[in-house]
Amino acid sequence: MNQNNVLYVDLERKSFYVKNRSDLFNKWLGGVGVALQLYKEEAVKGSDPLGPGNVIVFAVGPLTALYPLASKVVAVFKSPLTGNYGESHAGGRSATAIRSAGYGAIVIKGVSDRPIYLVISEKGVQFKDAATLWGMRSTFTAGRVLREASPGTGVRTIMRIGRAGENLVRYACVVSETYRHFGRMGLGAVFGSKKLKALVIHGKSSMRVPKIKAYRDVYDEIYDLAVKSGSMKKYHELGTAMNILPINALGALPTRNLSEARFEGAENISGENLAAKKLGRRVACSHCPVACIHLATIREPYPDEPYFYKTTFVSYDHELLYSLGSMLGISDINGLLKLMDEVEIGGLDAISTGVALAWATEAYKKGLIKLNDLVVDLDWGKADAYREAVKLIVDQPNEFYKALAMGVDHSSKIYGGRDFALSFGGNEMPGYHTGPAAHIGYLIGSRHSHLDAAGYSIDQKMKGLSPEEMVDKLIEEEQWRQVLSSLVICYFARGIYEPSIVKKALDVLGYEFDEERLKELGRCTYREKQALKASEGFRPSELRIPERIFEVPSFHGLIDKNYMKAALDHYSKIFNKIVATE
Amino acid sequence: MVIIRRLDTKLKRLVIMDAERCVGCQLCMFACSRRLGFAGLDKSALHVKSVGGFERGFTVVVCRACMDPPCLRACPVDALRARDGGGVILDLSKCIGCRFCERACDIGAVFWDDSMNKPVICVHCGYCVSYCNFRVLGVEEMISR
Repeated sequence: MNQNNVLYVDLERKSFYVKNRSDLFNKWLGGVGVALQLYKEEAVKGSDPLGPGNVIVFAVGPLTALYPLASKVVAVFKSPLTGNYGESHAGGRSATAIRSAGYGAIVIKGVSDRPIYLVISEKGVQFKDAATLWGMRSTFTAGRVLREASPGTGVRTIMRIGRAGENLVRYACVVSETYRHFGRMGLGAVFGSKKLKALVIHGKSSMRVPKIKAYRDVYDEIYDLAVKSGSMKKYHELGTAMNILPINALGALPTRNLSEARFEGAENISGENLAAKKLGRRVACSHCPVACIHLATIREPYPDEPYFYKTTFVSYDHELLYSLGSMLGISDINGLLKLMDEVEIGGLDAISTGVALAWATEAYKKGLIKLNDLVVDLDWGKADAYREAVKLIVDQPNEFYKALAMGVDHSSKIYGGRDFALSFGGNEMPGYHTGPAAHIGYLIGSRHSHLDAAGYSIDQKMKGLSPEEMVDKLIEEEQWRQVLSSLVICYFARGIYEPSIVKKALDVLGYEFDEERLKELGRCTYREKQALKASEGFRPSELRIPERIFEVPSFHGLIDKNYMKAALDHYSKIFNKIVATE
Repeated sequence: MVIIRRLDTKLKRLVIMDAERCVGCQLCMFACSRRLGFAGLDKSALHVKSVGGFERGFTVVVCRACMDPPCLRACPVDALRARDGGGVILDLSKCIGCRFCERACDIGAVFWDDSMNKPVICVHCGYCVSYCNFRVLGVEEMISR
């Protein structure tokens, strides 16, 4: 379980080697810190995200497989959606599997000449033919085949792409363990461009912990916080779906392409209603006692055969209920769940897909797109039509869907409707119209995600911040999150992994990181990201704010343009200073 | 949770209360290796795997503490002896790593430590139970014969 080993895989030459990179792990701990450095070493600067110069780096951290809730893997790559720095996190069994296979990070370079999948273990890499898997309609089926064909049941991850990734939809995801995803920023398309259908990684090694008693004590402290303190209650019980009602009550739930921020169907698609009527099972990532993954069941009769049913499990959470629910005006739960299922089958990022379809619907209603291009008659609330449209995004049968598969920023440049194209830095917006901090957060976050700094939380907790104070808070939070994602901790456990606990957890393992050194690491990693983005062409001055967010009152009322401009100016200064010094 | 099956002794065995409640977090497996001073999974004497996809739930494999253990009968070097209350106790110094015990167990509850080339067999201590947040695992008290 040597964390310092990095596995380098060359898809073009079908070769690999392992190298000890304690130099990187000693300095950057692991996770995003190390992945960023490996990316900088291996990627060709300025390269096409879908060309051979792009690399994919997966990394775990020093706490992976050692403590509860250190359950995530970080992927770093160049995003084909934004054309710049891409980062995505996923759980399932991926983190434990990578560490237990003996690696701290995996670097995947080059492009294969034919579809392949990789089986990775302590012994190295097997390059397997994926010609038969390529083009399979469902990510579920591909997963099933790989499950039966591969070793390591119970101690493996099966990451695969769907046809969306194969067809280079710029927001295609990578599915792991059927219900977890490297969702955002198009890692699935990068896999597809490399002709890489899947990664199976398995291992079950262990390591002796020298200070075993102290380790067990810290472990128990973290475990107790996770299961007894109530800090994980929300994720444990209803899951993130419990956000729907409170966010709606605040007037912050984007509805029908954010033409409104309250959804009349919120009760129906709420976590409470789903739990009462549809929740079929809860599952967990490896080493997580919380089990936030909520699976709903849909029981459907076959129309051609009496008394013949199928039962399908669909994973739901806040972001899906927003993007495929309120954003598309869908309140019928069965329709919504079937739409989510289709998104999963194709292997798309649910947030970007929903926002793309919401933009398309409004553009169609405004006459910017013709029915002939749209093929299906999209209208708010019509889940069946949206399900057909998801298939069309995957297949891209015409110029319109080819454009839509590139994201709303790109589509709106061609078809118009820029004002209501809800993308921020090229990434489609998540489900929070809470106020200025949320939107500034999407704009200035390193990966233009709500997860970069949780601006929605600042909006809900604080009022009366100056634009400068707000930006400083966002950056401070994002810097600390670099530490969490270097360890690599699930962000849901950020309330548990306070600096003092992180220090303790590392201490018993022999790492000398006091709280100040940890925070400095966060600041350094943050600066490295900004510098990398600048070198790939990112300029804060070019950030576009969709006009729509100013037209609909948020939890903070109508958002003030001058406030937003002042915030971005302040961020620009910070960014430019970082770039000048790095 | 403790179910008292017989009242006359304090011998315990690990049991599965309800595998349908399992969420697949594997904290029990981590606990088992941790008990022996390790972080990771290869010293673990129980196993959790999906029943063919997470949506179908999980199979939890633990030693059933057989009264007449096939693994014991299969051992050619007497490295396994009967444990009071069922199951076996392994004497590492006698074990030659032949894997006969692993093959003899019908439910696959004899695991293998690849780094040592020795079996890993549950001692029914119940340490894992305290890390099962979903009451899948329990300890049952047994009679001594």
